[in-house]
Amino acid sequence: MLHPRPHDTTGSDFIVEFRDVTCGYDGAAALADVSLKVYRGDFVGLVGPSGAGKTTLLRTVLGSVDVYRGEVLVNGKNTRSSRPAAGYVPQLETIDWNFPVTVEQVVLMGHASEGWLPWHGKQVRDRAYSIMEQLGIAHLGKRQIRALSGGQQQRTFLGRALLSSPELLLLDEPTAGVDIKTRDDILHLLDKLNHEGVTVLMTTHEINAVAAHLPWVICVNRTLIAEGAPSDVYTPEILERTYGAKMTVVQHEGMTLVAETPHQIGRSARHRHQKIGSAS
Amino acid sequence: MFEPLQYEFFVRGLIAATMVGALCGLVGVYIVLRKMSYIGHGLSHAIFGGAVVSYVMGFNFYIGAGIWGFLSALLINATTRQKRFIAADAAIGIITTASFALGVALISRYRTFTRSFDAALFGNILGVSDNDLYAILGVTVMTFLAVLLVYRRLLFTTFDPEVAPFFGVNTAWIDSFFSLILAGAIVVSLQVLGATLIAASLVIPPITARLLTDNFNRMITLSVVIGASCGFVGIYASYYVDIASGASIVLVAAGAFVLAMIYSSVRGRIETIRGVAARSQVGSPASSQALVD
Repeated sequence: MLHPRPHDTTGSDFIVEFRDVTCGYDGAAALADVSLKVYRGDFVGLVGPSGAGKTTLLRTVLGSVDVYRGEVLVNGKNTRSSRPAAGYVPQLETIDWNFPVTVEQVVLMGHASEGWLPWHGKQVRDRAYSIMEQLGIAHLGKRQIRALSGGQQQRTFLGRALLSSPELLLLDEPTAGVDIKTRDDILHLLDKLNHEGVTVLMTTHEINAVAAHLPWVICVNRTLIAEGAPSDVYTPEILERTYGAKMTVVQHEGMTLVAETPHQIGRSARHRHQKIGSAS
Repeated sequence: MFEPLQYEFFVRGLIAATMVGALCGLVGVYIVLRKMSYIGHGLSHAIFGGAVVSYVMGFNFYIGAGIWGFLSALLINATTRQKRFIAADAAIGIITTASFALGVALISRYRTFTRSFDAALFGNILGVSDNDLYAILGVTVMTFLAVLLVYRRLLFTTFDPEVAPFFGVNTAWIDSFFSLILAGAIVVSLQVLGATLIAASLVIPPITARLLTDNFNRMITLSVVIGASCGFVGIYASYYVDIASGASIVLVAAGAFVLAMIYSSVRGRIETIRGVAARSQVGSPASSQALVD
């Protein structure tokens, strides 16, 4: 279990602020009326069903989504006027794993827009290897990206995002498609970065992993449904509004967890809920 | 060996084919990795349309065909960006064939043409003039310098075009710049290889290089060397075997590809056997004992 920094709402030091934002693509709104604040030093999980607008929200922070109403501020600056300095780790399912690049080359892409020489200076290369060392992938520097495990691939793209020393790190489903041990390793790694001062905002489908590890969660489904500590947000009502399905919430070792409730055929769903409730 | 070098036309052809091979080898790496292999074929046909138009309008061939090719490449990029459900191959198919058809329509309309476009279609290495040679040299040098200048940005845009902008890379600008490079490379290759054979020179050297390495920098170097070597050997072979120069270059390149395929398969099998042997050693009682110790 992680020991995340507590979510502090007493200050006014926001790194990301959405002010009544409606945004989307090609004139169609993907997210509507979103107002939220991410405090500097936060570690936030963004949850919601597929197509809820989680990736859109991340990309709105990056300034790549059309904002039709309201404004998005990163470090107090409107994303329309200046490109936000944030590290971004995309969903890895879009990556062409047969592309002939090594781990080192991918990490160094984090510095692609600086300078015009085809090679990188010693300082940048040293920094890349220092980050790779920190992530435990320095020994894989010359290896092609296909020849890596899921966790190593995730760390490689995390390394690329960290090369510019961002204060804000945005990750799109960093725990998708990896086993429980790797997921745990990735979350610990993010927790460590968070303790070093990096604000982390990540999307995920693993709502229980968020409950177990993260201090703050944001639920979205085409709009902001709720935000708060997992114990406050994971209620059957909020989860139903977020996912459009009834869900069962249980308490386990002080954590609020969401139990899977398969569709009941020939059995009483109510009877099953009661059994789970009495067990907890 | 040195006999053909006494002919000036042969030396010019040899230099032109080697430079065009290196140029196509360089540009082809990005084309193959962007999964746009068909663009070489399409754009060379589109440029054929531009060549006819520039002749009818009385423009310089290189300027007219170059601008035409650049605009066609930009139009392909714009179409795929504007309507994401139109894949690159479909956009290439529409725009380049329309351009080619325009060239054919103009030829059939103005039947008083005195110029033969056979060279533009099939290549004519014997007809390489000093001016053609200077044009090839200029475009080759400028393309290598331009690629070096945008090397990191071009790599990122090719590898991860959706994410590159979030890292400060202006992908729209890089794509347009690459369209310009590509159009230039195809225009100067037209005289040597012809529209029908350019695609092979843009695709075979990089694919052959890809079979030999997993490293992007090495792939670029290998592709350029393979492309230049195939141009050089192909011209020599065409002299001795007495076949068309473009076909000879492409056949030599295809031969290199087959050799690389065989090498890659054999290497893969050896690595598999080594992997199995290493695993069986780890599983053997002696090694298990060593692990316990």
